[in-house]
Amino acid sequence: MSEIIRRDPRREWIARNRLHPDHASVLAALGVNSEGGGAASEWLGPNGVVRKNPRAIGFIGPNGVKRIDRSGLQQGRQAAATTTAARDSRRRVTIDQPAFLVAVVPDLTGGRLSSHDKDLLGLARRVADADAEQPGAVVAILFGEHKGEGDGEHKEEALGDAGIDRVVHLDDELYAGFAPEARLAVLSAVEREMTPRFWLLPDSPLGGADLGRRLALRLGERAATGVWQVEVDNEASLGWRCTTRGAAGSLDIQRPLPRVALALAECAEPMDETRHAAKCQTLAAPIPITLSRIEDLGQVAVDPAGVALAEAEFILSGGNGVKQWDAFHHAAKVLGATEGASRVAVDDGFMARDRQVGATGTWVTARVYMAVGISGAIQHLQGIQRCDKVVAINLDPGCDMIKRADLAVIGDSTQILAALVAMVEQQRGGQRDAA
Amino acid sequence: MRPEQQQKQQKPGIDVAVLVSIGRHPTTGRARRAEQDARGLELALAMEAELPGSRIDVLHAGSQDVDSEAALRSYLGMATGVGMGLESMTLLEQPEGSDAILPLVEHLAATSPQLVITGARAERGEGSGLLPYALAEHLGWPLVNSLASIETVENGVITLLQALPRGQRRRLKVRLPAIISVDEAAPAARQSAFGPARRATFLVAPTTSEADSELAQWHLSPARKRPKRLKIIKAASARDRFKAAASKAEGKGGQVLTDVTPEQGAEAIYKLLKEEGVLR
Repeated sequence: MSEIIRRDPRREWIARNRLHPDHASVLAALGVNSEGGGAASEWLGPNGVVRKNPRAIGFIGPNGVKRIDRSGLQQGRQAAATTTAARDSRRRVTIDQPAFLVAVVPDLTGGRLSSHDKDLLGLARRVADADAEQPGAVVAILFGEHKGEGDGEHKEEALGDAGIDRVVHLDDELYAGFAPEARLAVLSAVEREMTPRFWLLPDSPLGGADLGRRLALRLGERAATGVWQVEVDNEASLGWRCTTRGAAGSLDIQRPLPRVALALAECAEPMDETRHAAKCQTLAAPIPITLSRIEDLGQVAVDPAGVALAEAEFILSGGNGVKQWDAFHHAAKVLGATEGASRVAVDDGFMARDRQVGATGTWVTARVYMAVGISGAIQHLQGIQRCDKVVAINLDPGCDMIKRADLAVIGDSTQILAALVAMVEQQRGGQRDAA
Repeated sequence: MRPEQQQKQQKPGIDVAVLVSIGRHPTTGRARRAEQDARGLELALAMEAELPGSRIDVLHAGSQDVDSEAALRSYLGMATGVGMGLESMTLLEQPEGSDAILPLVEHLAATSPQLVITGARAERGEGSGLLPYALAEHLGWPLVNSLASIETVENGVITLLQALPRGQRRRLKVRLPAIISVDEAAPAARQSAFGPARRATFLVAPTTSEADSELAQWHLSPARKRPKRLKIIKAASARDRFKAAASKAEGKGGQVLTDVTPEQGAEAIYKLLKEEGVLR
């Protein structure tokens, strides 16, 4: 291409004359280089100066007023294009020849990586990537089913985004429930086969604390428990130093990082800038079957009303939109849900004060939160921030709760709850007949 | 939980060893009975009432001085009946800062109780919660953590309820001998009676003790407050930063069902509940 700028005086004249019938098409032709279709807002003038057409930029806002969005994210198609670009801008990392391995055993509660797991994977990545020349790989050993993040995202993607290079997935009946001996046999097999430099587990009551301590003793290591800070230390044998909580949280212990570490939540930042491969691997050697002296008889039904609201797993919460409270209580009983309420329902005397969810009540951490007739005041939404899945039943399709919800049903709450109760009872009845 | 009278006579009691440690009051820092260990002893006492003929051996490994003696005696004052307490406690005496695992393993291997109950973690020292696991590994006995209650003991098999997070419970059957660790889910400990605690005696057993050299090398300091995690906003433009600071937390845009019959709506909800596994 020559550097000489060729001028077309006639087209320039049309471009200046906005009453000319060809004005729009000429502008578009001049602005081939600028992004987006329609009338060009910016083009290179005859002297190499950028010319702008202020009338072509912006869009008509909801009230008929023209709005100009200077962030570069304009409405519609363009915005969508930029967000996908942002998603793909994360660096893809594949580590084929790792210098060493860091093994992580996430809790995988409810089939998903919890925030604790993600923090732990962030820590594992920090340890693995400390030397950019010779990066290590993070191996995750997963027990039980993986459900995928968000809506139907692939397992590899969700795990890779969290910073996992390799996955050993054991989705077997044998490892379900309380099976420490079977799980420990797998971890021992991984140790024999891969010999990771570090073992990182979450110090959580969901299983990580138990399994990690068993593993440490099996490997003959004195595990660091309650780790909340890890720093580089060239004097330590493995090159790291950690700070752990001891003596019921009243003591900070600084010690060299051992091979097995159990870390607290928020021990490191979760990964969000890179995508890793999360390649599935299988163990070459068969895992020896251990004869367990512990028999798991399964979970016991507990009274959902007796479970503290803050730690309930499944909450059915009622608000101003609930008209028949007897039906609501019946539904909670049938579904086996802990009852919650919005402030309005409590103030009106339909529910007890200790059942209030929200900023002034309880901050809940349920896996499934079902909001019936709650419009979603900001205080209430704060209270349910840490819930995984929110189901909303409401008459108003424009309310804030609908925006927050993963599944929203617009309709009369009484009828929908009645239909749901009927469905659950029918299913249970069917099962009983079969059994 | 209510065995009948004949059954009670048939069933012989079992030997229970309860490991106790010296606790630390969270605000004053004074020596006291450790919260979790006291719950463990409470569990053992409740089981003794259920299974008469059971023998409870309270075991402590550590040094004996004025402070610790008062704390240890408060375990002994936990009465089994009105005006009654435990008569004695076995003390594996060892100097401050020595490893408690080895003497405990030796003592348990020698006395071979059928059930060992211990708190999940100590309130002083390292407090890593590794001790029950170390005992289980050394003795080769099964271990159950986070116990809520003991249901039955029959023919060398114990049925337990294990506490899970979110207030759930799991029933387990474990072959004896076994080790059980207790945390906050177990029933709260009863009061300690002063008189019986004063009258109780210590049986000092000889032990071999080894200094914990690794612990001595570590740097211990009072816990400092953990830094609060900052919300890191990685935004390219001012608009993104403003949006992140000002906007409400919005979902990822879930599914909205409008104009559906109640049955269709209920079905969608039912599917989600089944998928999440919250319906039992």
